[in-house]
Amino acid sequence: MTYRGTRLGLALGIILASSTSSFAVTEISWWHAMTGANNEVVETLSKEFNASQSDYKVVPVFKGTYPETLNAGIAAFRAKQAPDIMQVFDAGTGVMMGAEGAIKPVADILSMGGAKFDKSLYLPGIVSYYSKPDGTMLSFPYNSSSPILYYNKDIFKKAGLDENNPPKTWPEVWEAAKKIKTSGAAKCGFTSTWLTWIHTENFAAWNNLSFGTNENGIAGNDVELKINAPIFVKHFQELADLAKDGTFRYGGRTSEAKQLFISGECGIFTESSGGLGDVVKSGMNYGTGELPYEPEAQGAPQNTIPGGASLWVFAGKSDEQYKGVAAFFNFLSKTDIQARLHQVSGYLPVTLAAYEETKKSGFYDKNPAREIPIKQMLGKAPTENSKGVRLVNLPQVRDIENEEYENMLAGKQTAQQALDNAVKRGNAAIKQALGQ
Amino acid sequence: MASSTRVTFPNKFLPYLLLAPQLAITAIFFYWPASQAIYQSVLREDPFGLSTQFVGLGNFKRVISDANYVNSLQVTVIFSMATALIAMALALLLAVMADKVIRGKGIYRTLMIWPYAVAPAIAGMLWLFLFNPSMGTLAYLVRSAGYNWDPLLNGDQAMVLVVSAAAWKQISYNFLFFVAGLQSIPKSLIEAAAIDGAGETKRFWTIVFPLLAPTTFFLLVVNTVYAFFDTFGIIHAVTGGGPGKATETLVYKVYNDGFVNLILGDSAAQSVILMIIVIGLTAIQFRYVERKVHYG
Repeated sequence: MTYRGTRLGLALGIILASSTSSFAVTEISWWHAMTGANNEVVETLSKEFNASQSDYKVVPVFKGTYPETLNAGIAAFRAKQAPDIMQVFDAGTGVMMGAEGAIKPVADILSMGGAKFDKSLYLPGIVSYYSKPDGTMLSFPYNSSSPILYYNKDIFKKAGLDENNPPKTWPEVWEAAKKIKTSGAAKCGFTSTWLTWIHTENFAAWNNLSFGTNENGIAGNDVELKINAPIFVKHFQELADLAKDGTFRYGGRTSEAKQLFISGECGIFTESSGGLGDVVKSGMNYGTGELPYEPEAQGAPQNTIPGGASLWVFAGKSDEQYKGVAAFFNFLSKTDIQARLHQVSGYLPVTLAAYEETKKSGFYDKNPAREIPIKQMLGKAPTENSKGVRLVNLPQVRDIENEEYENMLAGKQTAQQALDNAVKRGNAAIKQALGQ
Repeated sequence: MASSTRVTFPNKFLPYLLLAPQLAITAIFFYWPASQAIYQSVLREDPFGLSTQFVGLGNFKRVISDANYVNSLQVTVIFSMATALIAMALALLLAVMADKVIRGKGIYRTLMIWPYAVAPAIAGMLWLFLFNPSMGTLAYLVRSAGYNWDPLLNGDQAMVLVVSAAAWKQISYNFLFFVAGLQSIPKSLIEAAAIDGAGETKRFWTIVFPLLAPTTFFLLVVNTVYAFFDTFGIIHAVTGGGPGKATETLVYKVYNDGFVNLILGDSAAQSVILMIIVIGLTAIQFRYVERKVHYG
């Protein structure tokens, strides 16, 4: 009896102690989709923030892949159990923006934290992507990246190509890829991750071409896709032709093709700047360059658009919680934190100050690949074609594109048919999602 | 009174109490979600549930008139038939062979049952690691041998891959039941036939196979249901429904439309249709097929 009594008392004591301590601290829940090294960054940042002050405690929770995290957040919102902060991937941006009653703009929250929110401190290309048409910043850019070109220097040497001069345009890439294949330097010349994000959305922005009406959806929900314009058809027909003899190899819908490049099977590769870590880790002799552009396009290269994810804040929380979120976001915006995040993880810095500091430290002289995506995004002021792509159902439209591209690469249809189908099916899906 | 053979409980509440846990589980895990699906299937709603509109049978009409839905129905039929057939045929072969083994019977059987303990998603990953054209070990060998193995673009090869993974996982289960079925066949029958001069093949087709019919029928139902519903993890891990829509089964489409594309109404309508299909299939199987099966 006494033994039991003590145990019970002890347990009660622990419960009391832990609940009293939580009265003083406001917990901020943060749902995210980061794995591996990036998950460690999330944990470290939360720990550092929690140690830096005593009013708020950020509790990160891993919720699976990007789509899984988004779905978990949506389900939790429907059940009135939404987290405070949720990480949403680029393609989910339109979904979140369509749900005005469910979210609270980050611009409002940051000004609640005491400090005045100054948009000009942040990288314009990234901020505009996560802002409403009227310029209100809706979510906090956490991990942003942009597509760049990677190439295998050993394979270039073997094929008799200049290893210090990566191809700058698509015709140059095709030329080099064919040379790699025919010379036997590698089994395949070129591969790419994300045909949707890199070869469709960024192809449009980088070449200053319209992806869809209404500034690709930035200016309004009602979008008609324009990706069956002749220049897109030309690009994809070239890819399909190269796929026939294996000069171009398809790796999958997302990042699977990275393996083809790292294993030395393919010599040239387009992929997110966020993929640099794995390339470095493989120990291969690689080089990087800007994303190739299409010389026939007027004004190319323009600027690329960000991918990655941003942090969204749900509506209906207490002021105390919003203040905590604001404090956390201000902490994340600090120059030293941003500079470190950028240098360690390979994500783009969110603030201009962090970029300047990294530049001053000489980091880019040793790691030129890290600066390429920033230069691509900052090079020119964005046009109506290059602010970003925002559709209420971008994940679904990407799936439709992927299905048509796969049927095209398998030789079942031409690029013209594939892109016509993608436009037709995509437009119907957008209309349905808008309830029209 | 004495003629009544029915067992009755003296207490009126006890039987209900004893049934309660099972009823509660059925209600929570079947009736409640099923009713939610039916309710959702007549609504059009945005993902966050901020605006809801009653559309009657509008979702059903759209789903049925969608060419992609018909395609995924065909994919499901091909996938389920191939999976059930291969999983059962190979299991029967292995069971008959294992039955002949005299030494180490237990070890063979244990090894054969192993894959059943593997979760579908893990089974999918195993096959993916072997046969993914980017990183698969066996895929590399196949490609080096000159065969253009590319399930990422070739729909038929992708189907072969998911059917293999799904069947491989189910062979153990079928094997277990076939072994048990074989053990219940009286040895005297087989010996008598052998004395009458029936060869091994003849003995199998005229005695063993018909006497296994109840087991085979049971497994046919179980395997079909397995191929319909439990293979989601494999398809999700191996092909994600691609390339194109070559391996998008009905269940995968429910997931894709609901959880990736966030069209909840269409997705719910599809799961209601799926529910009707499965109820119908089970009814037909038990009503017509079972009658023709000889139970020993």
